[in-house]
Amino acid sequence: MLQIRYVWEWPVRITHWVNALSIVVLSVTGFYIGNPFVTVHSTNQFVMGTMRVVHYGFAYAFALSVLARVVWSLVGNHHASWREFFPWLTPSGWKRIIGTFKYYAFMAKKPPYEVGHNALAAMAYSAVFILYLVQIVSGFALYGQFSPGVGWYSFFAPVLTAFGNQGLRLTHHLVMWLLIGFAIHHVYSAWLMDVKEKNGTLSSIFGGYKFVEPEDL
Amino acid sequence: MKTEHTPNEVSIPEATLRKWEARGVSRRDFIKFCTATTAAMALPMTFVPRVAQAMEDNRLPVIWVEYQSCSGDSEAFLRANQPAAGDIILDVISLEYSEVIMAAAGHLAEEAKQQAMEKYKGKYVLIVEGAIPKGDGGVYCTVGGRSAVDSCTELVRNAAATICVGSCASFGGIPAAAPNPTGAVSVMDLVPGAPVINLPGCPVNAENLTATIVHFLTFGKLPATDRLGRPKFAYGKRIHDNCERRAHFDAGQYAEVFGDAGHRQGHCLYKLGCKGPETFHNCPTIRYNEGTSWPVMAGHGCVGCSEPQFWDTMSPFYRRLPNVPGFDVEMTADKIGIGLAAATAVAFGAHGVASCFRRGDNMEQDKVIEEE
Ligand code: HEM
Ligand code: HEM
Ligand code: SF4
Ligand code: SF4
Repeated sequence: MLQIRYVWEWPVRITHWVNALSIVVLSVTGFYIGNPFVTVHSTNQFVMGTMRVVHYGFAYAFALSVLARVVWSLVGNHHASWREFFPWLTPSGWKRIIGTFKYYAFMAKKPPYEVGHNALAAMAYSAVFILYLVQIVSGFALYGQFSPGVGWYSFFAPVLTAFGNQGLRLTHHLVMWLLIGFAIHHVYSAWLMDVKEKNGTLSSIFGGYKFVEPEDL
Repeated sequence: MKTEHTPNEVSIPEATLRKWEARGVSRRDFIKFCTATTAAMALPMTFVPRVAQAMEDNRLPVIWVEYQSCSGDSEAFLRANQPAAGDIILDVISLEYSEVIMAAAGHLAEEAKQQAMEKYKGKYVLIVEGAIPKGDGGVYCTVGGRSAVDSCTELVRNAAATICVGSCASFGGIPAAAPNPTGAVSVMDLVPGAPVINLPGCPVNAENLTATIVHFLTFGKLPATDRLGRPKFAYGKRIHDNCERRAHFDAGQYAEVFGDAGHRQGHCLYKLGCKGPETFHNCPTIRYNEGTSWPVMAGHGCVGCSEPQFWDTMSPFYRRLPNVPGFDVEMTADKIGIGLAAATAVAFGAHGVASCFRRGDNMEQDKVIEEE
């Protein structure tokens, strides 16, 4: 009989949506910062200023949310655990990777039956978390320069020395596009799996519950 | 009425002012010099008498050498549009060797340099202009038969302090730009650990050099520096954070091309590639040529000349971001990004269409009950 299982605990869901919203806002404001496509007509407007304030506000929210999710990967349930993100560390994980890949590549009829993340998605998420960290480090290193010698500037000085200001900017800018590329693929896959698996994947990231047939596990 | 906000009275002794007058420097010019230099060092005005005192006591031996340079820094210093400052400084230092202005030439000059070094060992200030080519045993720059590597190392080791003027001596500058055929390095990289201060800029701002020398005269040591060995008083703030066009940046008013309406109205030069947001220098406050102007004021973006490897890292000068390595120069980060996003959308769109027509891959199909 179908079971209803509580898979994504609230910290996983909240951080997911804080991250998703932040990334949308950070991409829009960041794109404007990189390429101010609106030119205003009077100095009493504050368009770039607003974009930057919003960018930094969401930057803090995003950074805290990513940090919270990393902590939760140590204390949350096993679906949220950091181990889930590295299926290639175990032989059984490899089986799931190959099974999922074959399904996506139209080489197998059905994907492996999963309760938590599927193996390929988990690998993509681990890459995405690295991109998150790159954005946070490069972002705060650039940000700190308004007040040299203290705070974020001193903390990230080695990063500035190693990659240079312009190198960090270019990286920060390119990673935005990688995250946008990931988001397109991610929303598509979530929809695909929702249709094909019929286990409530899409609603699970809102409510946390998935429908699981124990016999298929 | 004296309140706590009334500054203490600051005065320079009459005798000092008289002495300078006798040397042909008016009291007005001398007071101006002392206050301006104190301000440039970011010190409170109560230090003015100490600065004036230091100017009297000293006759600092200075050796000024040039290696891979264009002499632009010498020119900037000697032609400082403020003759009094030049006079005062040349009065309190004793310039033992300087290729641009000394009368001696050839072996005589080299001998004089060697003698000065030995006589003032551990006491003289060395000023280096230009990078030092280390490649192929240092053959690319020799002076009087000695390689720049040898003579510079020796001079730095024996100096009380070394001041690097301009970006080449400070960071390698243009000689060290890719592909750096001569293996050019900065003084800091040639003699690690030596007491070296960097005054990058292309050229150095004469006022920053003056202030550094006066700091050394007044306090007997080099001023505090940032992580790149640059004095904080001159390189402690970003151009962008002190720029007079900043209000236009925050508002969202940009010059799009040189000469357009925005450019003529003095709008921000960000979209023309201004590197003010990545450059630490006091150009907006000190300016050049006796405070007359500086690049952004004149309508040209900052090119980041006082940052390490600016020729490579800050180019293209008229674009905000560097070129993406491995891609054609016309492929900006955004063009590549839009291409990537479009390719992802097309690939997954196609996958989606194929998946819609796919049969037999549905899970739990036997449990689905069709609604009436
Ligand atoms: C997913 C997250 C993020 C995205 C997609 C993003 C995107 C961008 C983009 C596209 C730019 C313009 C880069 C350029 O062309 O110069 C930018 C600038 C910037 N971002 Fe982010 N960003 C993110 C996170 C962060 C974080 C966490 C911080 C941390 C404070 C941050 C701080 C900055 C700063 C300081 C700038 C430069 C602003 C300026 O020059 O005035 N960003 N961002
Ligand atoms: C309409 C928007 C979105 C929907 C419907 C959605 C849906 C989902 C779903 C259903 C999951 C759980 C999937 C699973 O692994 O089984 C998930 C996880 C995840 N999503 Fe999204 N997502 C959206 C936007 C985004 C965006 C914009 C990003 C970042 C660029 C993102 C990043 C992630 C990450 C990193 C995970 C793993 C979560 C974790 O374990 O903490 N999502 N998403
Ligand atoms: S002109 Fe350059 S330094 Fe000035 S505000 Fe604009 S970007 Fe910043
Ligand atoms: S404005 Fe920029 S490029 Fe020009 S001198 Fe100053 S730091 Fe150098």
